[in-house]
Amino acid sequence: MKYIIALIAGILSGAALFLLGLVYNPFIGEAALSPLATTDSKTLTLGYSAVASDSVMYTNDGESQVSPFPDKVQQLWEAPISQTNAMVTVLTDSRNQVAGMGIKMASAGENTRLLEGKALVNSVWYVYLPGRGSFFVEQTENYWGYLRDIILPAYRSSAGTWKGIWTGNVTSGPGTTGTARVSGGTGEFDGMEMLGVESLSVRTWRVSGGPLAADGWLTIEMPDDQLAAN
Amino acid sequence: MLKTFIIGILLGMLAAAGALYTIPVVDQFREVSIVTVAPNGGNSELFHINIPADRVMIGATGKDGDVPLELAWPQDKVFENIGTEIFKVRNAKDAVIGVAARTVAKEGDTDLTDWVIHLPARGSLFVNMEPQPEAGRARIGKLRTGSREFGDLSGLIAESWVSGSASEDGVPRGRIELRADYVSASSLVGGRAEEQLR
Repeated sequence: MKYIIALIAGILSGAALFLLGLVYNPFIGEAALSPLATTDSKTLTLGYSAVASDSVMYTNDGESQVSPFPDKVQQLWEAPISQTNAMVTVLTDSRNQVAGMGIKMASAGENTRLLEGKALVNSVWYVYLPGRGSFFVEQTENYWGYLRDIILPAYRSSAGTWKGIWTGNVTSGPGTTGTARVSGGTGEFDGMEMLGVESLSVRTWRVSGGPLAADGWLTIEMPDDQLAAN
Repeated sequence: MLKTFIIGILLGMLAAAGALYTIPVVDQFREVSIVTVAPNGGNSELFHINIPADRVMIGATGKDGDVPLELAWPQDKVFENIGTEIFKVRNAKDAVIGVAARTVAKEGDTDLTDWVIHLPARGSLFVNMEPQPEAGRARIGKLRTGSREFGDLSGLIAESWVSGSASEDGVPRGRIELRADYVSASSLVGGRAEEQLR
């Protein structure tokens, strides 16, 4: 009997050790320098609030940590879209002036591999900047660092809250260097193929409600030759 | 007994690794895609949106009827000529399969209408529509780009409004139909396939 108890205790300890090793493995999920940080090309930076109640509209299945906003907005409860969220938000330029509107639609990624430090989300942005035009951003986001550094500590906290400063790039593809694919739609972006990176800065996160103080940025690299052509 | 405990630890580690490797963390629910092969090549797919049931949001400056009612559409001058709608998208069997955004704006003298259709299990489509529909015909748009399953496709989307029964509350009822005709971008030669799709 005591051998069985020892075996079960060992299995549980082994599983716990493995998960701890996975979560605190320093070789996976570390925030990297933005691949666009060293670009020589002109960049366009658009900011937004990553807090749902600061957006124009945010909706999901209604059972997630982040509540839909406004309260009575229709929820995405049907099975094919229950792991999807949609947000309409105001975008600001680098001087914090209103620049346009952004729509983000994101779904949990089936290629998520926790074993490899990949908590993936497939998302798209539609951005419209009045007087300038529209473009479309396609990206895969990796929230592993966000999970490990913010969400797990918040769950461990007795108050259910994480406070601090966490800044990181969430874009991990489809570009091989961890960039999003950006396609121009209309106006000055017509026909342009660009690269982009989305980053987040979180200061407060609560188990019941998600991010309470957080900002996001979309950085778009606009190749000089394409700018000149337009 | 210590040996048994150590063997247990190794087994536990293997079991945890095995479970994480084999059990999918995310498993999107899929409706069967209803795609038909067009006689001239390429594929066709019909999406639709039931109005007003599938409208998640509608916002525009200076217009009544925002959905949801508490929506605070930005009053900044930048938003003067923008209108946005968010919908649930259905397939030909009337099952919800995705979410779509339709943005309308006025750029000088031209009207801009863009669609983004996001189907979680498949990918997304970004479509620029023609400013005005041809008389008596659907508004045609060009599939500008797509993601994942739609990444290598090129084609056209036709948007049309099918009027439903008369409403008692003044809200238009009917459905928006989106017929997508796409071909592999690699098979396009000078856009001729798109002309055929028309």
